[in-house]
Amino acid sequence: MDTLVVLESSRGSLHRLSKEAIAGAKSLGGTVSVLTIGKDADSIAQELSGVQLDEILIVKNEYVESYNADGYAEIVSQVIQSESPKNIVLGHTYQTRDFVPRVSARLDIPFIPDIISLSESSFVKQVLNAKLNASISSTNDQVILSFQSAAFSDENLEAGSSEVRLLNINLDSTIVRSKSEDPFQEEAGDVDLESAEILVSVGRGIEKEDNIPIAFELAKVLNAEVSASRPVVDAGWIDSFRQVGSSGSNVAPKLYFSLGVSGAIQHVVGMKGSKSILAINKDPDAPIFEIADYAVIGDVLEIVPKLIEALENS
Amino acid sequence: MKIAVLVKQVPGSESALPLSPNEKWIDESSVTFVMNPPDNFALEEALLIKEKNGEGEVVVISMGPSRIQKVIREALAKGADRGIQIEESDDIEKDPLTVGKKFASVLKEENFDLVLSGLQSDDTGMGQTGVLIGELLGMSTATLAIKTEVKENKIKVKRELESGWFQWVELPLPASVSIQSGLNIPRYPSLKGIMGAKKKEIKEILLSAQNQLSNLQSMDKVSIPQTSKQTEVIEGDTEAIVARIVDVLKKDIKVI
Repeated sequence: MDTLVVLESSRGSLHRLSKEAIAGAKSLGGTVSVLTIGKDADSIAQELSGVQLDEILIVKNEYVESYNADGYAEIVSQVIQSESPKNIVLGHTYQTRDFVPRVSARLDIPFIPDIISLSESSFVKQVLNAKLNASISSTNDQVILSFQSAAFSDENLEAGSSEVRLLNINLDSTIVRSKSEDPFQEEAGDVDLESAEILVSVGRGIEKEDNIPIAFELAKVLNAEVSASRPVVDAGWIDSFRQVGSSGSNVAPKLYFSLGVSGAIQHVVGMKGSKSILAINKDPDAPIFEIADYAVIGDVLEIVPKLIEALENS
Repeated sequence: MKIAVLVKQVPGSESALPLSPNEKWIDESSVTFVMNPPDNFALEEALLIKEKNGEGEVVVISMGPSRIQKVIREALAKGADRGIQIEESDDIEKDPLTVGKKFASVLKEENFDLVLSGLQSDDTGMGQTGVLIGELLGMSTATLAIKTEVKENKIKVKRELESGWFQWVELPLPASVSIQSGLNIPRYPSLKGIMGAKKKEIKEILLSAQNQLSNLQSMDKVSIPQTSKQTEVIEGDTEAIVARIVDVLKKDIKVI
């Protein structure tokens, strides 16, 4: 086995970054198999039934119905030992950060995280708050790699089929030492940012809570959803389920229309896969402009009300 | 309760970052260093746990060249009880597994109940050290904690998941927990704290040559990112800007 992609379930479906990780794994060359664990394994295998893969490995176990670090570290370590893949690939998600270092330490396999691209035999990762890129390489026989959101596009995955194989793994009840409760939302929202075609996203540049309604008005005329960066959510101006970025949703809409978002790296990783990015910001040096297709240098509070008016009249 | 806090000294967010002549890292001579901001939250959480418990010890541990004594002193001034410096040359270690093993070898001797670390460093950003150490020392682990509750022989942490989801996890001690930024408001050192810090111990540990580990990954080169994206700049008076945006939405992106 050349490459094994360890998949993640995002509330029952395949995590978008896992799908991108399959695309990344394909670009490494060689055969690609995937591993799916837990109660969602069958439906995730089903989701991938039309994709060209070597094998879909399934592990089901009473102690890992849903994710926990102890169980995942054990299962993934056992599968790596029995299948001996050269590369172990994942999306760079919070879950990956939670258990993969344990696999790395247990098996003494290097974990190169948060990769944005490949360059010949090395892996490129952002360092120093994304101000520099670093090339990282390993001479080890096996490596664990995690890919940053939008490092690879999952759009052109080769169609085909794969074999499904159920792996039998015995876990001792003492392996799972920590008790994980069910995930919950503090503000239950029925907003699905990840499938919105257009997002109007609010950043600190909106200045105050009283100005938030203009984002919702613009969203209304564009038939869009409203999202936000972390500082706006932390300030309590917008519900946390609308947050985009490393601690929020990972989005890739047709249009990401940002209002006063500065573009800190923690935000950018969650939206840089957007097809088009239109950003309004007063500060011509705002980092968001580096990834924007359209950089509007100006005051959100002056431009947006006039824009809403123009859109309503057109 | 004996708590270790892992603290790293990193370039400040406003610091110049000139490349070193061999382009393997930055030239540190003109860099201004600060305590890694996420570690500051981990330190505060450790101090809060100790204060709430009414007893215990907070030990701040850092690895690096002599410059890092500054952040250890800063942590002592804020209330940590003593410090440990794992000595390193100016060429800082960038292989996470080697970093983890070095820390683990020092931490092992101390038998900590709890190891707290920031979620990642602002320099290399590998985001692994706390979890690696936990595994190497057979501790339970959790990451991205935004709330901690220490109970008898266990710690309950509220973990941040993605997309506005959270989860409570209860870990038996000893445990290594990485802390998400923003969960508390880090204190400033008091004058009394600053004076007191001068008398607190910083133990310097030089790992022996037989502890030299072979790196499993190496950082070969750093470079300034090149953007390939074509950006259209839209500026002018508000009317012209609005007209162009409407045009872009209609004709280029075709969303209206």
